[in-house]
Amino acid sequence: MTSVRRAAVIGGNRIPFARSNGAYAEASNLDMLTAALDGLAARFGLAGVEVGEVAGGAVLKHSRDRDLTREAVLGSSLAPTTPAYDVAQACGTGLETVVLVANKIALGQIESGIAAGVDSASDAPVALNDDLRRVLMKLNGAKNLQQRIAALAGLRPGQIVPELPRNAEPRTGLSMGEHAAITALEWGITREEQDELAVASHRNLAAAYDRGFFDDLVTPFLGLSRDSTLRADTSVEKLAKLKPVFGTRGKNAAAATMTAGNSTPLTDGAATVLLGSDEWAAERRLPVLAHVVDAQTAAVDFVHGEDGLLTAPVFAMPKLLARNGLTFADIDFFEIHEAFASTVLATLKAWEDPAFAEERLGLDAPLGPIDRSKLNVTGSSLATGHPFAATGGRITATLAKLLHEKGPGSKGVISICAAGGQGVVALLEGA
Amino acid sequence: MTGDLLRDITQIGLVRKLGVPRIPVLRRYEPGAPLLDGPALVGVIGAGRFAEPIRALLTAAGVADAGDEGRIAAVVLDASAVRTIDELAGVQQFLTPTMRRLQPCGRVLLIAPEPDPADPEAAAVAQAFDGLVRSIGKELRAGATANLLVTTAETDPAALDPSVRFFLSARSAYVDGQVVHVGPPVGRAVDPAAAGDPAPADEPLSGRVALVTGAARGIGAAVAETLARDGATVVAIDVPAAGDALAKVANEIGGTALQLDITAPDAPQRIVAHLEERHGRVDVVVHNAGITRDKLLANMTADRWNAVLAVNLRAQLAINAALGEVLSDTARIVCVASTSGIAGNRGQTNYAASKAGVIGMVRALAPQLAPRGVTINAVAPGFIETEMTAKMPVATREAGRRINSLRQGGLPVDVAETIAWLARADNGGVTGQVVRVCGQSWLGA
Ligand SMILES: NC(=O)c1ccc[n+]([C@@H]2O[C@H](COP(=O)([O-])OP(=O)(O)OC[C@H]3O[C@@H](n4cnc5c(N)ncnc54)[C@H](O)[C@@H]3O)[C@@H](O)[C@H]2O)c1
Repeated sequence: MTSVRRAAVIGGNRIPFARSNGAYAEASNLDMLTAALDGLAARFGLAGVEVGEVAGGAVLKHSRDRDLTREAVLGSSLAPTTPAYDVAQACGTGLETVVLVANKIALGQIESGIAAGVDSASDAPVALNDDLRRVLMKLNGAKNLQQRIAALAGLRPGQIVPELPRNAEPRTGLSMGEHAAITALEWGITREEQDELAVASHRNLAAAYDRGFFDDLVTPFLGLSRDSTLRADTSVEKLAKLKPVFGTRGKNAAAATMTAGNSTPLTDGAATVLLGSDEWAAERRLPVLAHVVDAQTAAVDFVHGEDGLLTAPVFAMPKLLARNGLTFADIDFFEIHEAFASTVLATLKAWEDPAFAEERLGLDAPLGPIDRSKLNVTGSSLATGHPFAATGGRITATLAKLLHEKGPGSKGVISICAAGGQGVVALLEGA
Repeated sequence: MTGDLLRDITQIGLVRKLGVPRIPVLRRYEPGAPLLDGPALVGVIGAGRFAEPIRALLTAAGVADAGDEGRIAAVVLDASAVRTIDELAGVQQFLTPTMRRLQPCGRVLLIAPEPDPADPEAAAVAQAFDGLVRSIGKELRAGATANLLVTTAETDPAALDPSVRFFLSARSAYVDGQVVHVGPPVGRAVDPAAAGDPAPADEPLSGRVALVTGAARGIGAAVAETLARDGATVVAIDVPAAGDALAKVANEIGGTALQLDITAPDAPQRIVAHLEERHGRVDVVVHNAGITRDKLLANMTADRWNAVLAVNLRAQLAINAALGEVLSDTARIVCVASTSGIAGNRGQTNYAASKAGVIGMVRALAPQLAPRGVTINAVAPGFIETEMTAKMPVATREAGRRINSLRQGGLPVDVAETIAWLARADNGGVTGQVVRVCGQSWLGA
């Protein structure tokens, strides 16, 4: 182990994100991740090149996706001698891979690495129902015909019903949207502000595409060259017509605010980020867009405690800022993952709230409001969609490019909420 | 696979017995292949300075002297000293007995003088070679070609080498009936001792950085592959929407993909910034991206007109203007024009105007760039088998394929080989030229 240095973000590549059962309905996680890696290799001349490592992952994985990332490397144009491993931290997976690779670079264990994530809601694993699985395992272990017949005798019609993956928390049985609806209600997030945030996301993303911002961040896949969720012409009026879909049961049903327009749809896609030491980048004449300065994870007890499922970043961010001696005034870009518009707004409200700051964050003063013109300036998940593990890579590469445009020393933070009551935040500095 | 069914059918014995002439299968270059697949005959009329160096080149390349009998793979005649009609008769006498000896895919390469305006007979005789070579091209059968190199008193024999190699080899399979001027190399004279090691023969573009626009498919993809095969590091450009195909091309050749629309206002700056950052220079620029928006002029809209002019001409001008210091001192710019820009084509007023414009640009820039050691040339493809031509109506396509001396369409690689020849650092003597890759098309000859 040698001295600690800052890992450079060299660039990124993702495939356009597609609404589930759309353009990528037939594509697997492996197909998408391989395509994203190949696009990255082409952008940075990495065909045949051995990279220090590739860290990747998917939230929804088939059993055949064991060592998904390594398989993607083998199918890509990267050198087959590039090691790879899978990571899983729900929607935090993508950003967590960035942190892992950056840390290894910082410690001098590797000179370069790729952080990656992929998810398919279309090709989601459908598991055997647990009872049937037990019968089949027994059958597999049977040594003779008699035992086999005995095992098969355990078959029941009800076992044929497969286990569909659910977007629900195992410990509460509530979907993520239902959890978010509770938080939205708690923080008094209005329908209007959610719809406004959604419209801003779409407009910002469309404008960024139009000015060519994504020319070197996205490579088309299966006929798609822009995110299929993007609605450049959406408006608050149009969104106001939609019916709420979450928080629509129980005593607060009348106060439901979350619609399909201000919630992220299920999406397919993959994203990658190329990281390296400054020396490695210079040797290969590759650009350094930004440096990874620091990162922080947090988790909340949403099962028994008072915190919302998606509120962990609220706790992670102040730690990150304090450790780096920064306040919101020092930050040029805020990239807050839009799982739901209400999640972003509740997070901002928590950071503005003096009582919450004192009681829950242990701060004398709240972090304060942020300048909204610095928030998700090229759109975020409401417009791009959110293939769970791919979001961290999408945001990291986007922010790095924004910081590079802004200039050396500029600063940006990323905040990503995740299932299981977790959150990952990171600080990048422009180069 | 060319999709040329008729050509394939005419290879069948029975079909040929019916009197259907065989459409030749052209010899094409494979790395490591010999320069010629048979002996060559080199002649000279009078005091030509080029025959000896060419003989030396052929000997070094392992090509035998054909002597007086038997098949010949190539005939080279140095007629650079011919100035009179009587001397021209010597050309006929030398060539006539060689015609029947020429083997399939044989080569006829003539070297003629530049017309001398001070001597009407010499000027007339020099011009006579144009008609002669183009007629030979039309008489030759079985994939053989005839081309002409025009030289001046200042032409250094060494400057001719890359062109002699190109026109004799299988790389020029679909280049026929062409006239190319080879002058003294552009730029400052380079001391051969200081110039460093010459590029290895099988990788003539070794160490060179090449930019290719429209590289995701068709001719551009073939150019990227061919330049990389010859040793170049390729930066492949295409529109963002073609990025997946572009990435495939780039990864296959170990190059890089740069997604951008060359008509974007900031495209030239982005290209230059990319070249500076990643490579510090560019040695080869291939303007290949092009579009068609066909309509009779009577039905032409401003949109269609402007779109074609923007991609095919304005973008090339803008990028050339922006290249500046990033161009290395042996840089080669090659602009893809079209035979439509020479002959015109019904329904293609916009396209033909843009492609003729490219030729005008090349001629204007050549003298401006020469002092810097930079050449600029145009390559004008004729009928090339691509996705574009595959979509043509059958009759139009069939006619397009047959109306040339080789009676078939060319392949993208044929255009690419021609560009690779113009891209060589040692090919400084060819600039401001328009080389057609058209199998000697009857259009606009
Ligand atoms: N195919 C022929 O027979 C033929 C004949 C004469 C000339 N040409 C010329 O050869 C060149 C290549 O032709 P092809 O047949 O391969 O065509 P093609 O359509 O197959 O390929 C052209 C490529 O250029 C790209 N391109 C178009 N506009 C662009 C832009 N604004 N920015 C970046 N890239 C852009 C396209 O995406 C495409 O990949 C063109 O200039 C064409 O005019 C072709």
